[in-house]
Amino acid sequence: MAGTGSSTKVVRTTKIDAALLGKMIYYLKLTREAESRIENVLYRQGKIVGGVYVGRGQEAIGVGAALTMRAGDVTFPCHRDFSVFLIRGFTLADMMANWLARGDSPTRGRENTLHIGNVDLGIFPIISPLGATLPVACGAAMVLKRRGKGNVALVHFGEGTTSLGHVHEAMNFAAVQKLPVIFICNNNQFAYSTPVEKQYAVESLAVRGPAYGMPGESVDGTDVLAVFGAVERGNARARAGKGPTFLECVTLRMTGHSAHDAAEYVPEKMKQTWAKKDPIQRLEKLILDKKILSRKQIEELEGKVREEVDAAIADAEARPLPPGKEAIEGVYCDTECWWSKKRL
Amino acid sequence: MPLLTYLEAIRQGLWEEMERDPSVFVIGEDIGVYGGAFKVTAGMLEEFGEDRVIDTPISESAIVGAAIGAALMGMRPVVEMQFMDFIACGFDQIVNMAAKLHYRWGPAVPMVIRGPSGAGVHGGPYHSQSNEMWFVHTPGLKVVAPASAYDAKGLIKSAIRDNNPVIFYEHKFLYRRIKEDVPDQDYVVPIGKAVVRRPGTDISVITYGAMVWTALEAASELEKEGLTLEVVDLRSLLPYDEETVLASTRKCSKVILLHEDTRTGGMGGELAAVIAEKAFEALDGPIVRVTAPDTPVPFAPPLEEYFLPNTQKVMEAARRLAAY
Repeated sequence: MAGTGSSTKVVRTTKIDAALLGKMIYYLKLTREAESRIENVLYRQGKIVGGVYVGRGQEAIGVGAALTMRAGDVTFPCHRDFSVFLIRGFTLADMMANWLARGDSPTRGRENTLHIGNVDLGIFPIISPLGATLPVACGAAMVLKRRGKGNVALVHFGEGTTSLGHVHEAMNFAAVQKLPVIFICNNNQFAYSTPVEKQYAVESLAVRGPAYGMPGESVDGTDVLAVFGAVERGNARARAGKGPTFLECVTLRMTGHSAHDAAEYVPEKMKQTWAKKDPIQRLEKLILDKKILSRKQIEELEGKVREEVDAAIADAEARPLPPGKEAIEGVYCDTECWWSKKRL
Repeated sequence: MPLLTYLEAIRQGLWEEMERDPSVFVIGEDIGVYGGAFKVTAGMLEEFGEDRVIDTPISESAIVGAAIGAALMGMRPVVEMQFMDFIACGFDQIVNMAAKLHYRWGPAVPMVIRGPSGAGVHGGPYHSQSNEMWFVHTPGLKVVAPASAYDAKGLIKSAIRDNNPVIFYEHKFLYRRIKEDVPDQDYVVPIGKAVVRRPGTDISVITYGAMVWTALEAASELEKEGLTLEVVDLRSLLPYDEETVLASTRKCSKVILLHEDTRTGGMGGELAAVIAEKAFEALDGPIVRVTAPDTPVPFAPPLEEYFLPNTQKVMEAARRLAAY
């Protein structure tokens, strides 16, 4: 099991902002509902072809991180960071259309799941050989640094990815160049079926930060406020020109690697322990305890979220699949851009 | 017009693009203070500053990846590979990230990866490769390989202005061995256009890179025997100029495909296929390949000499084909 112990002291945010908590609970619930519908309804109905990867149990990481972002910041979410796309400006209907391989979708049927990006929104998706986005995030951060407006680049990746060479190169490069990058490791303790003890030999990945000359911190990835606070600390350093931060957010993937995987390799006791730490229930309890929202208001929010998901799926399903002959279009960005239909 | 070496022509092209467009910058290993292993970027740090001439750690994945990130943010990075052999360390970024971004979700990825390739300087297996076909087989990339100083300058400018990732193969054997009149004003050589270097009627020799000079030498020699070779310099390998390849084939009816790269899966195989598909009726003899054998590039001079195609090998192949 991944340890949350770290050489860096974890300081909890003290100020509780009701509006921020409202956004957090909304995006957490919307993400959970949308992903449940994808995994348990659309996939089982055969409407989603290919793999289904969801982030149940780790929603707080995407929500906590993306809500720290300002205009001009950019993000490189991973395949289980559904909320980041929503928070940074993709519509739920467009996202659903992409899952359903529709022609009128962010990738026009060329790419699956959350491999969707948008330069104007500052969202850059993964490629399936994971880890490659870390160096790319460094390049975006180089440009942000040169612009001098105090913007940051956030990049998410799993603990399995930390074993790849890309990660070493990117973290070293970012530290040497003092780039405004926050490396956010979504440590959900299993890379497909591989547990952390077969992935790395340190107690906590937080030590990787100081090894490259940047702060390293490990936080409870089921605590959205802890994630938010830790990313904010990294952002503050980065915005002040002090360079990158490495952050490990520990949780458990409460689902298989993909929808076909029952995750029988995860010990039952571990599942039970982490089920008690469900990130949405944790925040909901806090919100009720602090009387920020009533039980009735939360139920209303849940109803609204269900309606939003219904509407997005209906919208997406009404869009046609792309015509086959489009497969050969848009390989190059030449005199006329197939995507924008604009002359370049 | 000033006489410039192939290397100086590349530098001049880069320099002019840096002056013309503030979004252009260069990034790589030892390119700033040292001016690059072959001195292509010499003097640029002093002129353009360290924001635009960026010395990096030895991290090809991070360098290429960072260039992609910068390109996505609107810049036009030019990456130097110290040797094209080392490009393998950045392979994932090139073939899985850069090449597919536009097709997957639409962004422009205006970037160039340039560096020295090719053998003939006793560099051994890791300072001599012609590995251009790794990238010619990757849709979404463009691949160019200039043979002349004039083309090197014109093509580096086209590559920098292109909105797609371009892999720019310089030939290290040519760096200081050829000198040509190169205009010191702005001009471009379009990507995807071949050029007939020497017109002829008996055999078309289709080639690129340093082998263009080998073909020209063979053509001069064979002319004395009454055999005229047409020499086609592809200049771009992806996309390649099918029209010029087929026109030269139809004109000469006999074809030699010449490259320094190894044989199996080389450019010659692709060209042979397109010639057989589209100009079969024009052929008066077999399509002949003159290439390096399917081995790594060896180090010792006699081994390397045996490995590389040369004027003699082209002449022998041409005589055999002429008699067909």
